[in-house]
Amino acid sequence: MKAVTVIEGRGVPLGRSDVDTDQIIPSEWLKRVERTGFGRGLFSEWRDDPAFVLNRPEYQGASILVGAARFGTGSSREHAVWALMDYGFEAVIASSFGDIFRNNAAKQGLVTVQLDAASVAELATLVTDDPRAHVVIDVTTLTIEVPAHGWRRTFDLDPVVRERLINGWDDIGLTLRHDGEIANYERRRATPPIAVAIRKG
Amino acid sequence: MSGRTLYEKIWDEHLVATPSDQPPLLYIDLHLVHEVTSPQAFDGLRLAGRPVRRPDRTLATADHNVPTDPISTPVADPISRRQLEVLDENCREFGVTLFPRGHENQGIVHVIGPELGVTQPGMTIVCGDSHTSTHGAMGALAFGIGTSEVEHVLATQTLPQSRARTMAVTVEGVLPADVTAKDLVLAIVGRLGTGGGAGYVVEYRGEAIRALSMEGRMTVCNMSIEAGARAGLVAVDETTIEYLRGRPGVPSGEEFERAAERWRQYASDSDAAFDAEVVIDAATLSPMVTWGTNPAQVVALDGRIPSPDDAPAEQREAVVRALAYMDLAPETPVREIPVDVVFIGSCTNSRIEDLRAAAAVARGQHVAPGVRALVVPGSHRVKRAAEAEGLDRVFVDAGFEWREPGCSMCLGMNPDQLTPGQRSASTSNRNFEGRQGRGGRTHLVSPAVAAATAVLGRFASPTEVGQ
Ligand code: SF4
Repeated sequence: MKAVTVIEGRGVPLGRSDVDTDQIIPSEWLKRVERTGFGRGLFSEWRDDPAFVLNRPEYQGASILVGAARFGTGSSREHAVWALMDYGFEAVIASSFGDIFRNNAAKQGLVTVQLDAASVAELATLVTDDPRAHVVIDVTTLTIEVPAHGWRRTFDLDPVVRERLINGWDDIGLTLRHDGEIANYERRRATPPIAVAIRKG
Repeated sequence: MSGRTLYEKIWDEHLVATPSDQPPLLYIDLHLVHEVTSPQAFDGLRLAGRPVRRPDRTLATADHNVPTDPISTPVADPISRRQLEVLDENCREFGVTLFPRGHENQGIVHVIGPELGVTQPGMTIVCGDSHTSTHGAMGALAFGIGTSEVEHVLATQTLPQSRARTMAVTVEGVLPADVTAKDLVLAIVGRLGTGGGAGYVVEYRGEAIRALSMEGRMTVCNMSIEAGARAGLVAVDETTIEYLRGRPGVPSGEEFERAAERWRQYASDSDAAFDAEVVIDAATLSPMVTWGTNPAQVVALDGRIPSPDDAPAEQREAVVRALAYMDLAPETPVREIPVDVVFIGSCTNSRIEDLRAAAAVARGQHVAPGVRALVVPGSHRVKRAAEAEGLDRVFVDAGFEWREPGCSMCLGMNPDQLTPGQRSASTSNRNFEGRQGRGGRTHLVSPAVAAATAVLGRFASPTEVGQ
């Protein structure tokens, strides 16, 4: 996982609440064998509509998604996070999140910023009125701001999640810090390799 | 100090580290891999530039979506074909042993582990499939994991795990002659409910469990997950040791005896305390059938479909919904319900002993008109063993289809599926809505009951066909 300290980019107002993971990435995309390429499936039911916000020219290349209430509820599919990240999003802002989605996001390095509903609405209005405005999210200070408009909020984040983001630790990365202990364990408890025994059999 | 349970012994032995910012790290001895839940895990490794840490402790096979047509027929479904190809490419790239479609060792991942002797007592075993609990029958701690965890194990050979609570399910006494391991586990799941085992590792013990063959113990452990348990376990005894003797994955001669001596320790101490205990009297059990859309909705083959009126208030709505989906009227005698399809297979009941039980019923009989009956052996080894005993002839002569190994109609990812509205008697483990094909209606039964049902075209016991 890449270390995330400061995210700076333009914001997209999704303008919908209760966006579940089936809407983020429809189930037909689950048959894929790759971990990448899910960006094309992101919100695919809505992407056919030329007026859908992600299709508008002024929001191309934006990296911060401004959602609303209850973002990422429903099925536990990790594909929802893969799709958002593959599309180019680095952070999602909402007034609440589905638990599993937020967990999955933390594991992959997608920043979830939870603000009160009024602040989320203000931010949505800001990026609607000024699509070129830069939004800056600082994971070290737990602040989000739109400097051009003098708008600034602080947010909470689970300290463990914050630590992981700042250091770029994924679960595997965390475990690999114990590489020495794993190697010691393997030395201590040598058992015959399994697959080799089978080949001989 | 009181003694330790089998689970605690295996746990203690596999603890690698207890980090402050993660659950304890458990070493994984054997990682079984199949085509459906592994592609993104391998892709994740590739993206991060990580190797498979222990390819020698990783074993892959193709099972979930392989067609059960003759091996010479190509895989028609492009998605299945792609998943099989990708598994092949990944195993080659990362140096993992693979038993692909048609290989002599290929089969359902939970059938081949034990039969090859790679599943051994005291091991920790994981696989991206929830029925990994099957391997617990060998006195191994075995559980299913998700794709991210598959990647984690591939990269580190460990898994962060929180410690489970322990439950003893003690089955006292002797099972009646017509009651099989499948009936026993259906009764256990019915008793515990689909959530009753949540957070627990269940150890099956007692006289009736000790009397089961390894195949029967595997059937019981297989369905632990249907009660919500993380894993199922049976302590090692001479049945376990004799099952392992001579298998390709175990040592031979002196070395085997030394291994066996070590394996015998994998049993709970007599004074070990469990967090929960359930006691079942074997003598009270009878052949079982599921009537609803979860595996805890069971009824005796001799019984009638339940009525919502008899269900506790909070379950009434679920009963009504299940009856509607299953198109069943309350109070219908189970034996009067006709079936369209009979499926004998899956990691619950596709081992040689299961096929023998079904063949004993089918011998000299014929599948009822209008019924489609499939027999799908769990592996090529099972298939060859069955053919050596002539079981394939018994089935074919009786009008059953004799197919190539795989998961098949257990989950309907390959072409073996129910069509909407069809009713099946199935020896698999899940009767969820649409599990065997959209709109299909599944009733879980034992192999013997499945065969008798195929012959009579309605739910039936082996005694009704003269067994
Ligand atoms: S037979 Fe069914 S339950 Fe068993 S591994 Fe295959 S799909 Fe899973």
